[in-house]
Amino acid sequence: MSALVQFPARRTTLQEATGAVPAFRFEGLHKTFRSKDGADVIALHDVSFSVARGEFVTVVGPSGCGKSTLLRILAGLERASRGTVELGGQRHSGPSRDVGVVFQSPVLLPWRNILDNVLVPAQIQGRDPKVARERALHYLHLVGLEGFETKYPGELSGGMQQRVGIARALVNDPMLLLMDEPFGALDAMTRETMNVELLKLRERTGATIMLVTHSIPEAVFLGDRVIVMSPRPGRVTQVIDVDLPATRTLDLINTERFGSHVRGIRTNLNASGGLDG
Amino acid sequence: MNTANTENIDFEPPAPWLTPMRRKALIAAVFVAVVAAWQLTVSALGVSHLIFPGPAGVARSICDVFLSGEVWPHLWVTLYEILAGFALGAFAGFLLGALIGQSALLELVLYPYVVAFQTVPKVAVAPLFVLWFGFDTTSKVVITATIVFFPVLANTIVGLRSAPRDQIDLMRAFTASPWHVFRMVRLPHALPYVFAGLDIGIVLAVIGAIVGEFVGAQAGLGYLILQRNFSMDAAGMFAILIVLSAIGIVLHSLMKAIARRVVFWAEAFTDLSRGT
Repeated sequence: MSALVQFPARRTTLQEATGAVPAFRFEGLHKTFRSKDGADVIALHDVSFSVARGEFVTVVGPSGCGKSTLLRILAGLERASRGTVELGGQRHSGPSRDVGVVFQSPVLLPWRNILDNVLVPAQIQGRDPKVARERALHYLHLVGLEGFETKYPGELSGGMQQRVGIARALVNDPMLLLMDEPFGALDAMTRETMNVELLKLRERTGATIMLVTHSIPEAVFLGDRVIVMSPRPGRVTQVIDVDLPATRTLDLINTERFGSHVRGIRTNLNASGGLDG
Repeated sequence: MNTANTENIDFEPPAPWLTPMRRKALIAAVFVAVVAAWQLTVSALGVSHLIFPGPAGVARSICDVFLSGEVWPHLWVTLYEILAGFALGAFAGFLLGALIGQSALLELVLYPYVVAFQTVPKVAVAPLFVLWFGFDTTSKVVITATIVFFPVLANTIVGLRSAPRDQIDLMRAFTASPWHVFRMVRLPHALPYVFAGLDIGIVLAVIGAIVGEFVGAQAGLGYLILQRNFSMDAAGMFAILIVLSAIGIVLHSLMKAIARRVVFWAEAFTDLSRGT
């Protein structure tokens, strides 16, 4: 990373925050949606946890447990009904330059080539075009898409498109990377490869990552910590420190310790009625 | 996608026997068959050439009108009316469409009037336009513009709302302003729709100009058709109709060619006309 050219005079709350401050923190978070028939639906009920800088936290739970809502609040796309969201020790509402986002569908712009797609956030935030270009090329290289810069999204496979989405989320060097089921649309084999590559990428960038998934093994494989959520109402039922080695390979999936983590989460979700729907 | 590699894009493969040469031959053969059927029908039924001319008479009339140079001033007048009316109508349609497409409130307030205006047959209001704008080309340009206006407007509105929600959310998460979202996502997403509207508009523009000229004009192809009608020159009328169709086909092809370049990512504009 040291060789990579940085945007000049970057001032963000997260970078200025001192070491003890968590990357982000939820405190007593509630979110209620008004459904079409006028009834209130509780999407999030009293969610509190904090994530240290450089930590990879995964949020796992079945549909309707509010995990995506949680991510959307952190991305500034939804507002909490009650409670506090802090980003780098500062109260947070609305989209932030400190945050990069990857959704389940890569949503690339079909009229822009791959390089220009990665440059979108840099252009929105008015970054120096030369620096942005160099950084975009760097991240395209990092996600294994060197040589595809002038291709168009329609020419790439789903997995490759999602890598473009990840490079795009990283181009402004966000302190926090939010991923909402980023590999949910990929086939199982591509998905495993992408998981391994995501861990490598994390090692090289040192970014704080929150990844939302409904796959328990994926959550355990990727996370330093797994936040388990249950629906009706959406709440945190379990927080697990994953005591697996920092450098993880796919072989890990067959180990007893990995299996016991997965079983533990599944039992917990069953007990809280999470897997019935 | 024709500016980039097309090798890994799924196009329905053309039938193996349909080589470019054979394709051209097929097009020519169909043309010859249609003309022959026309001639045979006219000869077999013994219809008078004053009522329904055969292809030979029409061909002669086309040659005459071009060789004598009679058609040119009229052709330029009508072409001007078509293009000026199209430009005016397309511009107004796009502008209002962009406004309405941005706001549900504007749609609620304005769209009923747009629909009401569209429901009025333009032929019926054409005499009014002639009354207001005179017998020269201005009234025809205005009539043409009113006809082009609606398809462009309707397509622009739909197009601006076609951007996937995820894409807009992503832009917002990257701190995009509404203007960024419009310029970088909504507008490009709308362009294939806008071009579909323009394509309909350019063909309707030909009709608009002729409708205007029929109500009252001193020049133009529509005026020429009326003149030949008065002098019972059916072959001459056919000749002008064919010139009009040719104008329509050329303008439509031009529009398609422009669309293919501008909205190269939209498959609707790349598939059909490949290789022609």
